[in-house]
Amino acid sequence: MATVLEAKNLVRDYHIGGTLFGGGRTVHAVKGVSFKLEQGKTLAIVGESGSGKSTLARILTLIDRQTDGELLIDGETIDIKKTGVTAAMRRKVQIVFQNPYGSLNPRQKIGNVLMEPLLLNTDMPAAERRERALDMLVKVGLQPEHFNRYPHMFSGGQRQRIAIARAIILKPSLLVLDEPVSALDLSVQAQILNLLADLQDEFGLTYVFISHDLSVVKYIADEVMVMYLGEAVEQGTRDKLFSNPEHPYTRSLFAATPRADVESIKARLAKKAALASA
Amino acid sequence: MHLLEVKNLTVSFDTSVGVFNAVKGIDIHVDAREVLAIVGESGSGKSVAMLAVMGLLPPTATVSADKMTFDGKDLLAMSAADRRKIIGKDVAMIFQEPMTSLNPCFTVGFQIEEVLRFHLGMDKAKRRARAVELLDQVGIPNPAERLKSYPHQMSGGQNQRVMIAMAIACNPKLLIADEPTTALDVTIQKQILDLLVRLQAEHGMGLIMITHNIGVVAETADRVVVQYKGRKMEEAGVLELFTAPKSSYTRALLAALPDNATGDRLPTITGTNFEEAV
Repeated sequence: MATVLEAKNLVRDYHIGGTLFGGGRTVHAVKGVSFKLEQGKTLAIVGESGSGKSTLARILTLIDRQTDGELLIDGETIDIKKTGVTAAMRRKVQIVFQNPYGSLNPRQKIGNVLMEPLLLNTDMPAAERRERALDMLVKVGLQPEHFNRYPHMFSGGQRQRIAIARAIILKPSLLVLDEPVSALDLSVQAQILNLLADLQDEFGLTYVFISHDLSVVKYIADEVMVMYLGEAVEQGTRDKLFSNPEHPYTRSLFAATPRADVESIKARLAKKAALASA
Repeated sequence: MHLLEVKNLTVSFDTSVGVFNAVKGIDIHVDAREVLAIVGESGSGKSVAMLAVMGLLPPTATVSADKMTFDGKDLLAMSAADRRKIIGKDVAMIFQEPMTSLNPCFTVGFQIEEVLRFHLGMDKAKRRARAVELLDQVGIPNPAERLKSYPHQMSGGQNQRVMIAMAIACNPKLLIADEPTTALDVTIQKQILDLLVRLQAEHGMGLIMITHNIGVVAETADRVVVQYKGRKMEEAGVLELFTAPKSSYTRALLAALPDNATGDRLPTITGTNFEEAV
């Protein structure tokens, strides 16, 4: 399998505050992260707020440039500091954000939401754009008649489907999903996770899946990377990481995750009963 | 006698397109020293039902119930002024978003002391001492100093601790927590849940936990009420709910958990007609 994404020692610093004469301080948001991801696989990035996972997502999707390190997509070195972002690069990487209420323009019809990436990044004729958008609507489980509706007419789960359709309409090699199901109800979450799995099978998509929900990660990921304070403290295959977490932070993350299995409930109730009678 | 007992509660909203029934005849009771979890997806009416008990719904809401008693007192027959004396003192509530439930213009010390002044009429020195004691109880280090902090100077987890400190300031008999950990990281969520359960046990409070997170239910509840579209689908002990769910909706909900995934895809909740098993 071809390597779609490779990061070599990516670093991102932000300079904050200060005056004309200096001062201020530097925040090291991402401190040298390296990984490789093959086509058709899913890498999950886990970490709490402030761990640098969203900063990393911004670098991978060319929204932000790295301070140092090398980023290769489809084997090509990409340095937007030097070359800027070209339409060809945009076609390769797309992103789906956490909040489907905030990531769609309320005054833009769904059809236009889907056609805009094609208009900006390809020279496809209008009729073909329209056809592609209608196709995509059906692919993500919506209806062709939704083409002329506005975002407020859809539920949260449907909006996330639209955001996914917009992201994959360019047939990207890499799709970054930044907490795509965190804002959704359990039943809708299941639908969206299934949709992502279907699309991955159909288009051979490669996912970078950012999440703090370990049960979702365990379900969807092939590889897992745990980030803490800007560093990748542990990375490996899902099975290895879930069966044998090595780093203390990874272990504390597992320990903090609520367990919904019957054995844990029994253990908790027994402990509570013992405390009450003591 | 139950601490809180509500019979046949209905809540409807007058909207521009007609009457919307958010809660359709629900019975709920909770005892002292008991943790009741109310589970449901968005739109299930779980928050609205509790806001109705607290009397915090807007004027567009119509609340009716056959019975609504707290600690033997009839909440329905009570004047608004009498009810205000109970709300915030004997029944306290914590909300999902600590950042928006605290007033950004006042220090957290002022906001905690306001509760003590209003409900208990404590003098300044006593209020200060009690506020320090409360922050200490909820695990905020260096409490005397932190009283001078504004909400934006604290993290989300710390703000939630401040909310909890305000809620338990008057030693309430019943604490209602509406999605108290949804906005927080898993490690912080664990700390807040542990804190709530510890305080509940120490003070012998009744605790109602409103949540959509099955894991949170498994980690905290004694008894569970499952709600769907304003109706109660099931009520059961926590172990019973997880081992032998009676309602088809509960079964669908549990099956949609990624933890319980057995095959390639997650089972999704289809259809809207679930039979009640009460």
